[in-house]
Amino acid sequence: MGKPYISTNSIEQLRILRATEPEAVLRVKNLNVKAGDHHILKNINLEIPKNRITVLLGPSGCGKTTLLKCLNKLTDLYRELKVSGNIYIDNDDILNTTASIPDIRQKMGLLSQRPYPLPISIYKNVAYGLKLKGVRDKKLIAFSVEKHLREVGLWEEVKNRLNSPASSLSIGQQQRLCLARGLAVKPSIILADEPTSALDPTSSKIIENLFRDIKKHYTIILVTHVLRQAIRLADHVIFMDDGEIIEEGSPVELFENARTDKLRAYLVDGN
Amino acid sequence: MLEEKFFIRLSALFTYSLIAVLAFIIIVIFYKGFAALNWDMVFKTPRGGYYYGGEGGVLNAITGSLYISIGATLIAVLIGMPAALYLNVQLIRYRRTQNTIRYFLDALWGIPSIVYGAFGFTLMLFFGMNASLLAGIITVALLISPIMVRTFDEVLCTIPKGMHEASLALGSTRTETAFRIMFKQGFPGFITAVLLSFGRGIGDAASVLFTAGYTDNIPVTLDEPAATLPLAIFFQLGSPIPEVRDRAFAASIILTIIILFISIGARLLSKRYSKTNLK
Repeated sequence: MGKPYISTNSIEQLRILRATEPEAVLRVKNLNVKAGDHHILKNINLEIPKNRITVLLGPSGCGKTTLLKCLNKLTDLYRELKVSGNIYIDNDDILNTTASIPDIRQKMGLLSQRPYPLPISIYKNVAYGLKLKGVRDKKLIAFSVEKHLREVGLWEEVKNRLNSPASSLSIGQQQRLCLARGLAVKPSIILADEPTSALDPTSSKIIENLFRDIKKHYTIILVTHVLRQAIRLADHVIFMDDGEIIEEGSPVELFENARTDKLRAYLVDGN
Repeated sequence: MLEEKFFIRLSALFTYSLIAVLAFIIIVIFYKGFAALNWDMVFKTPRGGYYYGGEGGVLNAITGSLYISIGATLIAVLIGMPAALYLNVQLIRYRRTQNTIRYFLDALWGIPSIVYGAFGFTLMLFFGMNASLLAGIITVALLISPIMVRTFDEVLCTIPKGMHEASLALGSTRTETAFRIMFKQGFPGFITAVLLSFGRGIGDAASVLFTAGYTDNIPVTLDEPAATLPLAIFFQLGSPIPEVRDRAFAASIILTIIILFISIGARLLSKRYSKTNLK
């Protein structure tokens, strides 16, 4: 390999992190997704560590987004997708459970490539999930809205216009609002599908810093094409290609000592 | 470069030609009908010999048209909204079924209104009904329902799938997503759809010819016949008396003004409700 992708200091910190490996919060076993003859995900087996940022890397079309959609059962929207295998969250297999799908989805906050604020006010966007959960206490909702808007650093910017349409915010603010909205329903996992790809560098940096701050309380699965972002954020890396997991491990293992030609080629191209 | 200039000018020519045709229609209607337009025309029903130049107005046709088109639009909204939401939310996984339903709705949209009139007339006879306001409302509702569903459907298709997924990911059911999010995001477009359908309903003569009948009175109950503006225009234009033909143009002005007011109202409402929507 050529020059190192991450500093020696960072490598040391990552080794310490690795030594205190947390328990897995999400386990995927023999996950297969097919669309007709096309095998999108091939026998995926993985474990996502708790309170860490797991980065999914891989070329476009390798199945990263499909994997995320399997995790919160959004694949149900696509009849052509046949999903088989097991996905365990808190030891509950969500692919073979009788639990309600909305309840399963509330365990996972979703942050998509571009923000989709709901066509309601800023306040109602954050309160939406709480109301779905059956929370009716207005004081509790107001408290939660403020707490989560503060958590994503948006409170000071919007506190005087909470009743304004969410669409009036800048795209970076909208993405933070979507994060606050997701956090309000108390998920244990955050699925982030290239959440900064539509944002300017400043807004991207804010989102990255947020991820670093909130990983104490949440497990984050991040899909990104930005290698430098992966290096900055990842505690655990999964490299996929053509529907398969090619390599998995700590950033040091993958970025410094890539074992496969595919990953080496990807890192060279990405760098 | 020359080619581009040519096509730009050609496109501009066609665009402004269409606007000129519309302006020309309005000018002709006003030119021929303005002199015959008076308060009596709007606020009085026809007296004896009105269609031979006697006194009175077309209040019967104005009210009849409004009753029929408002009633039919309400029924079509009640049918069309759940149908469009079902098509786009519940059937989201069944693309082939979606496309088949869309194909049938498009075919229904293309059927001439006289066929709806004949169908309504057959239904009327089957149920032993006479030409009435109710029969007119039902027939016009059948006529405009496919237009309403397909226009609602097109509006819902423009809503980003990501918004749908975002709502589901927060833990809402498909029905909650349909009524709380999709409906809200599509609302400005729905207003346009309602306007389109209302315009088609109020302006159609063939579907109400056999079903609503025609009368000089304002209907008080649903089983009474009802006059409509398009038929009033039709009957008056067929008169050999020039004065009566001018009244047909005056009635056309009234019909145009009704549609204009509804159009302006719909635009204002649409603008107001689109403020919260994601562009």
